Amino acid sequence: MAEPRDVIINRRDLFLIGAGAGVSTQIPAQPSAAASSAPASAMQPAALHRVQMNVNGELRKLQLDPRTTLLDMLREHLALNGTKKGCDHGQCGACTVIVDGRRVNSCLTLAVMHEGAGVTTVEGLGRPGHLHPMQAAFVKHDGYQCGYCTPGQICSAVAVLDEIKRGVPSHATADLASVPLLSAQELRERMSGNICRCGAYANILEAITEVGEGA
Amino acid sequence: MKLFSYQRASSVVEATALAAQRPGTRFIAGGTNLLDLMKLQIETPAHLVDVNGLALDKIEPTPEGGLRIGALVRNTDLAADLRVRKGYAVLSRALLAGASGQLRNRATTAGNLLQRTRCPYFYDTNQPCNKRTPGSGCSAIGGASRSLGLLGVSDACIATHPSDMAVAMRVLDAAVETARPDGRTRTILIADFHRLPGATPHVETVLEPAELITAVTLPRPVGGTQVYHKVRDRASYAFALLSVAAIVHADGTGRVALGGVAPRPWRVEAADAALPRGARAAAEHLLAGAKPTEENAFKLPLATRAIAAVLAQPRG
Repeated sequence: MAEPRDVIINRRDLFLIGAGAGVSTQIPAQPSAAASSAPASAMQPAALHRVQMNVNGELRKLQLDPRTTLLDMLREHLALNGTKKGCDHGQCGACTVIVDGRRVNSCLTLAVMHEGAGVTTVEGLGRPGHLHPMQAAFVKHDGYQCGYCTPGQICSAVAVLDEIKRGVPSHATADLASVPLLSAQELRERMSGNICRCGAYANILEAITEVGEGA
Repeated sequence: MKLFSYQRASSVVEATALAAQRPGTRFIAGGTNLLDLMKLQIETPAHLVDVNGLALDKIEPTPEGGLRIGALVRNTDLAADLRVRKGYAVLSRALLAGASGQLRNRATTAGNLLQRTRCPYFYDTNQPCNKRTPGSGCSAIGGASRSLGLLGVSDACIATHPSDMAVAMRVLDAAVETARPDGRTRTILIADFHRLPGATPHVETVLEPAELITAVTLPRPVGGTQVYHKVRDRASYAFALLSVAAIVHADGTGRVALGGVAPRPWRVEAADAALPRGARAAAEHLLAGAKPTEENAFKLPLATRAIAAVLAQPRG
């Protein structure tokens, strides 16, 4: 299999380059921080809580407002911007990360609830030059268009293959006494918590199938 | 989110004591529903007590031959448990028909029972809603009510309970075990757990302040063909317009409950008795006294057809 081309400049870098060059596009400096993470001046200050967890193999120690979701911790405090904020209400799956081996919506859980946990984000799965097989398969099969849902899709897909391997049943599993299959029907059902507004589902399915069959 | 204090409890005694000391406390476990509502400021607890450290995450056999499911058992683990898949398949099926893989990994057994309605007016803080703001009125009656309830509803509220799991629990005659701050425990039959709205739709269960669910118990398996049939607007990851949980024996006798139509899982004794006479007979009893709106009246024929679809499945 040909190694997909690694993307050196990401979207954020591109925006920063653009802003520096005097491009007139209006981009707020911190579009979401005030609303979701840091208390605004009119609000009472919150007592900060110490929390530590292992994120992508690295021990991270933080002091956080208890309102900070795991998603905001990753993005706003650890600058791990791969994980995306889509709906922020558990409906779209863009924020999916893997916590202690299980995929979760990082927008619907508080960081302080995960003391001592191990968190894997899309950055922890692979890096440019050393892509995770699922990342490489998404590139090969063109499993995205705009790319916004992709980190969540990839984290979810990695966990889905593990769930099938462990025999976790789904709504599409015909016989609860049997071992679930790596079928299109199973994968579609299991990936239903990850919405792709561009509709790249067919290619996403191809990518996951290829990785699953190769495992 | 409104500011709240956060504390981890390490025992049931500590959790209930913390909640009793401070009015406005909510327990948090999976958080998949509570945090969503807190972001919208529909729920504004002053204190959160994190109960995830309470070691209530085991599924154990009971002396009666049933199962005791710890309050913190995640939906994924409950659905995948081999004893549940074998003896209580309707429960596995109902859980797997609900939410998404990510949500089931976090959502707990107790939290699933306590989740709140997805009535669009409950979620829209610009609209009156007696459940969210008691006495403000009901926008759903006369509003967009296609997804809403027609059984057990009142002039104050026509919201439905959104759980799939609870419908299966109802047909399995589950019981809810709780602990209170004074140390007393009690067992509440699932049939008695959720209250009908009447004039107080904001009071949804019989739980007292600071009372904590510790487990849900299931009686010994009853066998039969166990089916959960969910009708929804898309094939996955959507709440039920209507659902049927059923246990049907080879001789045609059995049990049936409906979801998506009422403020609690809807089961009627006379409907169980009528089940051998077919879907129409059972539905007649289940739907007795229904008060549909123009938009959700389609649920009446849908209930009969969904029960018929369940009864048409091969029985072993």
